[in-house]
Amino acid sequence: MKPFAYVKPADVAGAVRAVSDEPGAKFLGGGTNLVDLMREGVERPDTVVDVTGLPLDTVDQLPGGGLRIGAMVRNSSLAADERVRARYPMLSQAILAGASAQLRNMATVGGNLLQRTRCPYFYDPAAACNKREPGGGCDALGGFNRSHAVLGVSGSCIAAHPSDMCVALAALDAVIEVESVRGTRRIPMTGFHRLPGDTPEIETELAPDELVTAVELPPAPFAARSRYRKVRDRASYAFALVSVAAALEVRDGAVTAARLALGGLAAKPWRAHEAERILLGGPASEESFARAAEAELAGADVRPGNAFKVHLARATIVATLRELNTGKGTA
Amino acid sequence: MRVTFTVNGREESADNVWEGESLLYVLRERLGLPGSKNACEQGECGSCMVYLDGVPVCACLVAAGQAEGRQVRTVEGLAEGDRLDAVQEAFAECGAVQCGFCTPGLIVQAHDLIARVERPSDAEIREALAGNLCRCTGYEKILDAVRLAARRKAAT
Ligand SMILES: Cc1cc2nc3c(=O)[nH]c(=O)nc-3n(C[C@H](O)[C@H](O)[C@H](O)COP(=O)(O)OP(=O)(O)OC[C@H]3O[C@@H](n4cnc5c(N)ncnc54)[C@H](O)[C@@H]3O)c2cc1C
Ligand code: SF4
Ligand code: FES
Ligand code: FES
Repeated sequence: MKPFAYVKPADVAGAVRAVSDEPGAKFLGGGTNLVDLMREGVERPDTVVDVTGLPLDTVDQLPGGGLRIGAMVRNSSLAADERVRARYPMLSQAILAGASAQLRNMATVGGNLLQRTRCPYFYDPAAACNKREPGGGCDALGGFNRSHAVLGVSGSCIAAHPSDMCVALAALDAVIEVESVRGTRRIPMTGFHRLPGDTPEIETELAPDELVTAVELPPAPFAARSRYRKVRDRASYAFALVSVAAALEVRDGAVTAARLALGGLAAKPWRAHEAERILLGGPASEESFARAAEAELAGADVRPGNAFKVHLARATIVATLRELNTGKGTA
Repeated sequence: MRVTFTVNGREESADNVWEGESLLYVLRERLGLPGSKNACEQGECGSCMVYLDGVPVCACLVAAGQAEGRQVRTVEGLAEGDRLDAVQEAFAECGAVQCGFCTPGLIVQAHDLIARVERPSDAEIREALAGNLCRCTGYEKILDAVRLAARRKAAT
């Protein structure tokens, strides 16, 4: 690991100053992704600014029914929060479907948002990877790409976004609050992550010196009936091949509210706007669910290794919507 | 840098700690506590688990500086003198230990589970232990041990 300086500021102003003064600095949350990447030599910061001492570790009620989640709240605490479990069950389920209990105890909300892809070539300094070394090529294109993305990919990078939590946040129209020496701003979750295009090394709208301070969830009464369903190679402790975050409200057989976001198969947490458009106002029927799924997946760009994801995603979307519609098996 | 934190109830300091060291390294190589094991160093296997401020974490991913001023409890701190903790006893009795590399982490994680959940179901045990990999036992004896420890704990 490359030598680095370690600082632990006690307030937000100190933290953002520390990073803006030092171009090679990075924020450190729970460390479950950054420490690993530093050890592999993929990340090489000169200074590590530990933000876990900042007073941003509470979940607070917002006027009007939303929630404000501090960026340092641990993944395990957020998943266990009674308000989240009751009002946004898909978010609690998504977090609990990710990593392991001990990792969720360490991981922060801010770090989860900024976690980097698990593409094995990205982790391997001997492999060609445009994300790690821009212009270096992409070994995944013609290599082992079973875990890679089929939506939002480019000829430069087909890495899948790894987060479960982010898929639920995209479905829930969360807003990310960020702060830097230039002040604070708010970024909608659906516009927070970027598609790779020709610059896969730039993954979000966040400037390198901006700190995520909070995530706000707007009120969403229909989300009390929501579900996160994750398909993976084993029952627990594996990244998603395909995952679905969905909420559905049905009145007299017609869909009156629908939210759908997909994980494991896209370059960023994928809000399924096209599918939602088809669902909304239509009948709550198997045919309509299938039509919505197909429309969303029509633009899939597959390789031999990951073509199966399209069929898997279609089946998982339909099954999740069916489950929400019939009320069977909802947790 | 110098790092000072409480380990198993005693304040300990380590000097000349390099920023890139992990809490696991400090415990094993500087403080003479080899209970938590170093296997993957990637958060994948759970053999390095310790309690940090009462919460089980992978010590291999905790930067040394992050432990400053905090409370660490390692597997060495679970027994009371010569009396093993109920989970340790159950592991020994049930044959849940073969090479022993995964054992300290599993004991910490199981210790936390039965402290939080009085009668964990098999599904709860499996999910709680999902982040602890064992390459020897096939897990069945480990499940037996956790069930036994939970039963005994509930009976006291
Ligand atoms: C074995 C293993 C299995 C896993 N399985 C899953 C899984 O199934 N599903 C899943 O979703 N995730 C999984 N993860 C990933 C895990 O969820 C992330 O590592 C974790 O959420 C990152 O949070 P952290 O606080 O530890 O981030 P850190 O490692 O501290 O930081 C990650 C990145 O975020 C930046 N950062 C941190 N906080 C802030 C902030 N407040 N503002 C701006 N930037 C910030 C850092 O600079 C760094 O670039 C797994 C991880 C491991 C090791
Ligand atoms: S898919 Fe992206 S992350 Fe993976 S090797 Fe290609 S450029 Fe790198
Ligand atoms: S050594 Fe820490 S999880 Fe494997
Ligand atoms: S006993 Fe050998 S790894 Fe578990």
